[in-house]
Amino acid sequence: MQEKLIEVKNVTFVYESDDPDTVPKPALDNISLDIYKGEFVAVLGHNGCGKSTLAKLCNAIYEPGEGSVTVKGIPSDSEENGDRIRRIVGMVFQNPDNQIVATIVEDDVAFGPENLGVEPKEIRRRVDDALKTVNMYDMREREPHKLSGGQKQRVAIAGVIAMQTECIIFDEPTAMLDPMGRKEVMQAIQRLNKEMGITIVLITHFMDEAVKADRVVVMDKGRIVTRAKPEDVFSQVDLLRSHGLDVPQSTELCHNLGLGEGVISVQDCVDRVCAFLGGAK
Amino acid sequence: MISDITFGQYYPSKSVLHRADSRAKLLLTFLMIVFLFICKNFLSLGVMVLVTVLAVIFSGVPFRMLLKSIKPVIVILIFTALLNIFYTKGGDVYFEFWRFSITEKGINNAVFTAIRIITLVVLSSLLTYTTTPTDLTTGLERLLSPLNHLHIRVHTLAMMMTLALRFIPTLIEETERIMNAQKARGADLETGSLIQRAKALIPIFVPLMVSSFRRAYELAFAMTCRCYTGGEGRTRMKQMKLSGRDFALLAICLAACAGVIVLNIFFNPVI
Repeated sequence: MQEKLIEVKNVTFVYESDDPDTVPKPALDNISLDIYKGEFVAVLGHNGCGKSTLAKLCNAIYEPGEGSVTVKGIPSDSEENGDRIRRIVGMVFQNPDNQIVATIVEDDVAFGPENLGVEPKEIRRRVDDALKTVNMYDMREREPHKLSGGQKQRVAIAGVIAMQTECIIFDEPTAMLDPMGRKEVMQAIQRLNKEMGITIVLITHFMDEAVKADRVVVMDKGRIVTRAKPEDVFSQVDLLRSHGLDVPQSTELCHNLGLGEGVISVQDCVDRVCAFLGGAK
Repeated sequence: MISDITFGQYYPSKSVLHRADSRAKLLLTFLMIVFLFICKNFLSLGVMVLVTVLAVIFSGVPFRMLLKSIKPVIVILIFTALLNIFYTKGGDVYFEFWRFSITEKGINNAVFTAIRIITLVVLSSLLTYTTTPTDLTTGLERLLSPLNHLHIRVHTLAMMMTLALRFIPTLIEETERIMNAQKARGADLETGSLIQRAKALIPIFVPLMVSSFRRAYELAFAMTCRCYTGGEGRTRMKQMKLSGRDFALLAICLAACAGVIVLNIFFNPVI
């Protein structure tokens, strides 16, 4: 078995409520999840299912109310450990505008390594490498507010890459982007996982993004509903629907036509339909 | 579009002054302004004007940009000149009318003050024309860093300035969006008395405040995630180094200051 990177054990998390009369519902209800080194996990669920809370627990922004979260053996139970964990697990948020700190692209990418106290020359090298990885090197001297959403989000990703964390959590990184920007960001994420071996946790509600993962975790009402390979998860069309989730279009088409379950790519779908129509290609 | 404004009126170029160290520029501008007020006669003032003209030439900033920065102070300029002309008495009397008289000293004072103010404005706007806001804040942070010993958090202040600069365009965009949204719902922002128009701004400022707080909250999360824990143990990618260029600037300014002192001693003061 591979090495465990993040270990979430029986975690329950309740947000503090301003109103003392109502008993707040837990955002996470007795959740356990292991993330292994080098894998690409997608967390699916509709709004308010607790997926963002789970992400914030994984890099020690929140401390678990009950249960424990450990990253490479470090428990997230103190400020000090929190800092250590955040050196291992980085995070990219939904709104690119609210996570860019500096007025110049390269200065922003340098922000993380500067906080870690890295040598100036080494920072320069890391910043250049990170910007090249996300194809933003030519825009290193631009002002972030003049970039498109997809470009801004790639700058934010470069900012985390430059910190050289082992794992990056993406909290709905494409939710505010146009189709073009979504494509750019997804390509960058896949490259990080395949070429650089960075562990990826992708929180999303886009099915076609979840399909690209090694493992899919489906959440609803603070619990984990199912976890499996994408093709196995998306073969349970009715289960997904009952939790308010869609399935990818190709899966749905094959499901409705009765051509079999667990079809997750357009090519697969085309093959099945062709086979059904008599082998013509 | 409002969002087209460039903040801090930086004029992009690669001139000698643009490439000079921002700390040196800040300090030298301050020094020159102090010496502008030490000048006692036209000769010493002339030295300062000469240095300023040289700086303008070397900065590559177009003349009309400088005129633009002088424009707002024209009223003050005329006002002080008039006060000086009519209220300073001394020397030959050129013109007398009822209780007013224009004297040699009055004219001298008026011209002297006018030149001084113009030079002051040109010098200080040259600083912002040739230095990006980011460089200015970093320069200030470095210059004020001795204050850390007095438990003043210089880094935190500089960080706040940087973040404010970063979010100005974002918030302008947001304001525009909210204004359009309210207009689409029938809000009338352009007509009515001053008070009515001021009141019409409330539905714009309330959502703007709410969204700014939300942004601030998210930004704090994002900064924590990137291991920001304050100024301690931080390094900088861009190191500031004084180069020969900065020492040359320093030498020119010091020579000018020495010139001012010498000329002040050897020639009679006019002011």
